[in-house]
Amino acid sequence: MRALLPFITVIVLVLLAIVGVEAANLQFLFGVVIPYAAAAIFLAGVIYKVVSWGRVPVPFRIPTTCGQQKTLPWIKQSRIENPTTSAGVITRMLLEVFLFRSLFRNLKTELREGPQLSYGSDKWLWLAGLSFHWTFLLILIRHLRFFTQNVPIPVQMLEHLDSFLQIGLPLLYITDVIFLAAVTFLLIRRFTIPQVKYISLAADYFPLFLILGIGVSGVLMRYFIKTDVVGVKELTMSLVSFSPAIPKDGPGTIFYVHLFLISALFAYFPFSKLVHMGGVFLSPTRNLANNSRMVRHVNPWNYPVKVHTYEEYENDFREKMKTAGIPVEKE
Amino acid sequence: MAKEMKPNEIIGSIDYNPPKTDWMSTPVQIKPGMFCWGAKAKSINTVGFPNARDWNPGEEDWKLPENWQGTVLEGIADRLKKYRSFRLFMDICVRCGACADKCHFYIGSGDPKNMPVLRAELMRSVYRRYFTTPGKMLGKLAGARDLDINVLKEWWYYFFQCTECRRCSVFCPYGIDTAEITIMGRELMNLLGLNIEWTMGPVAACYMKGNHLGLEPHTITSNIEFMLDDIETITGIKVNPSFNRKGAEILFVTPSGDLFADPGTYTCMGYLMLFHELGLDYTWSTYASEGGNFGFFTSNEMAKRLNSKIYAEAKRLGVKYIIGGECGHMWRVLNQYMDTWNGPADFLEVPKSPITGTVFENTKSTKMVHIVEFTADLIKNGKLKLDPSRNDHLKVTFHDSCNTARGMGFFEEPRFVAKAVCNNFYEMPEDTIREKTFCCGSGSGLNAGEDMDLRMRGGLPRANAVKFVRDKYGVNMLANICAIDRAALTTSMNYWVPGVGVTGVHELVANALVMKGEKPRTTDLRGEPLPNAGGESDV
Ligand code: HEM
Ligand code: SF4
Ligand code: SF4
Repeated sequence: MRALLPFITVIVLVLLAIVGVEAANLQFLFGVVIPYAAAAIFLAGVIYKVVSWGRVPVPFRIPTTCGQQKTLPWIKQSRIENPTTSAGVITRMLLEVFLFRSLFRNLKTELREGPQLSYGSDKWLWLAGLSFHWTFLLILIRHLRFFTQNVPIPVQMLEHLDSFLQIGLPLLYITDVIFLAAVTFLLIRRFTIPQVKYISLAADYFPLFLILGIGVSGVLMRYFIKTDVVGVKELTMSLVSFSPAIPKDGPGTIFYVHLFLISALFAYFPFSKLVHMGGVFLSPTRNLANNSRMVRHVNPWNYPVKVHTYEEYENDFREKMKTAGIPVEKE
Repeated sequence: MAKEMKPNEIIGSIDYNPPKTDWMSTPVQIKPGMFCWGAKAKSINTVGFPNARDWNPGEEDWKLPENWQGTVLEGIADRLKKYRSFRLFMDICVRCGACADKCHFYIGSGDPKNMPVLRAELMRSVYRRYFTTPGKMLGKLAGARDLDINVLKEWWYYFFQCTECRRCSVFCPYGIDTAEITIMGRELMNLLGLNIEWTMGPVAACYMKGNHLGLEPHTITSNIEFMLDDIETITGIKVNPSFNRKGAEILFVTPSGDLFADPGTYTCMGYLMLFHELGLDYTWSTYASEGGNFGFFTSNEMAKRLNSKIYAEAKRLGVKYIIGGECGHMWRVLNQYMDTWNGPADFLEVPKSPITGTVFENTKSTKMVHIVEFTADLIKNGKLKLDPSRNDHLKVTFHDSCNTARGMGFFEEPRFVAKAVCNNFYEMPEDTIREKTFCCGSGSGLNAGEDMDLRMRGGLPRANAVKFVRDKYGVNMLANICAIDRAALTTSMNYWVPGVGVTGVHELVANALVMKGEKPRTTDLRGEPLPNAGGESDV
């Protein structure tokens, strides 16, 4: 159920686009209005989310330290896993964002005969996660050729590299293969690993189905149901130059399906777990230096509290203290 | 009370396959042996917390205040505005499951709600329902659910089955720290008077008497006198510490557990002997007689109230700086919270070892040095005369406490010291030490008697790693730098790995420490005969 409904939702989205374009001729709606609306929701939503996080204070300095602290000069500090400087913190964050450092630590715990607990290295999630995100990013960058009049050199180079296998016509992009494989893996593990299945919500299946739908429709469009690329570019250029127009013999329906799913993803993004992208950068267990014994961290809402003072304590115990030979303030 | 489970019964009961029913439709079962008694009215009243009454979590009626839902939701709203960690961790989990099998309570129980991600989802589901648009509109479909009495009981049960050890946060790609969520959860429980006595009792005692055990000033001095007698018997040396002495250079603060029961008392004898040998100008305090902070397991505010005594006492006595004893959560609090709550300590000086002249630059704001840092510096500079062969009857391994490991990064100092005073030192498997260390199973105020089933389950991963080095190298002593460890691991070792003892690092130091004018030692601090004692003396 938690997987079925998201699946049906994605199918319905696909059908909506097909019917909308083929039967109702709503090219303008699906090609212009919805993409603009989705982009607006995405931008406003993500900014709102990040600002609303950013406005919440960080009262305490709570990095999770994953290496040796800075202490006596002859003990080697782990400058990245337990940073005390901004450079260290930035390096730690870069490793998290670009290489998923923490996920790389992943282990699989097993209880064997004996009893013996064993912790095997388990890098599959890391590998699939990293492949998925990187190819997603590279594919996005490759798409810039639809949004620029003269395709920038780096984007051209990326295209060349990506198709270096020289298979098929149009040339096969390696990123497409890895992307689809990685998303499929991430989806399958949600169904097959009992614990992961148990914790998964509809909100976990939906983005995966949606992204898979985007990937499949893209691949179909490029390699199988070929669509008029010139028409596509005419439309995308008109969108980015804010003079939207649907080309006369514009792109085929499959393009509208692709675009509609992307619009759905963009519009859904700010309200879902996909905002983890922004969250990574703000995470207080990762983006703070462990220097709170060296530099005082200030809590903006620190307030005075009721304490039990020494005076009250001595009043309670003065006689006993005197008998025990402990000095007191008031005889 | 349930009868206590045997080790093989616990192992046999662990099943990592989740139940058939989906977690939201699996109501919580409050099982005996898995929870601590509710806080007594008296303890709650002492610190002026709400809804003080005697109550029993095992009974149906928890005697909640009226409109408790409102109180909880307001409490959540308030904390979402105060803690970015809380706000963010409610929003960004992708349920990848990387943290799932990293929690000692999950490993030892197989209960899916002990997977850190699901522990957090218990709270997140309510957050979604009342604080997010999709949750308000789509309800269960969006993973949202109403806050009802069963949900509240589930929170209580599972937020007191987390030792706030932060192991999950090491593995999470976003650093989501379930301990932060547990901490918030416990604060909310606190608003309804749903504390546990095992933390509230010590909190109340610490508030009034200065330490968790409720030791009154004269009891502190007499407990230490017992230790002094033992030291004299073993070494022939009369040690003479001072209490509440104004004008001392250093204030020494340690967890009160060290004053009370063995093996903690042996560690305490270690401090006393070391400081005596150095001729250190230091004082104990009976007012600030607690390094640990059970307030931290209750609420941020309570933790601050208890912690305030350390700086207040340092100021009153006019010391230059503070040395802190061996304790786990104490040091997370001192490292990550104390200065923010109760600083700046501008009336103190940057700690400088009077023996080596080393300035502890890493403590230049808090002005509080860890005794193991202090000792490591002494040893490195050759200031201690050591005879590690006096520890030759021990094969030692070292347990990193969660809090010093993941809330500080205190890895090399204790190892350096332990290896300098012991000839036989062996590490446990890599994935069970340092930042990946496993909790003793009884941290964060859960080391009561009535939740022994929970504690032994949570202690399994640590104990199992000890078993590995016991079987492989014959390890018979588990060293650590934490008072809760010294108590909790002793129980856990007896249960899972009989024959392995538990010791503080400074007990090992004191065994090896050759003191000026001491008589030939025949026993270690525990009164056990030394390995080569026969050859040197005629006892
Ligand atoms: C700074 C940028 C980002 C970082 C560091 C990041 C990191 C991660 C990590 C570590 C995971 C967990 C591993 C996994 O399941 O693959 C994850 C999951 C995921 N990310 Fe990202 N991510 C970023 C941006 C994005 C973006 C832009 C999207 C676009 C939609 C996205 C979509 C997803 C999805 C769908 C999952 C869940 C996969 C699953 O269900 O198994 N991420 N992300
Ligand atoms: S590892 Fe982090 S993101 Fe993944 S399920 Fe656990 S808390 Fe969520
Ligand atoms: S903080 Fe420790 S006890 Fe709590 S959920 Fe995480 S791993 Fe488990």
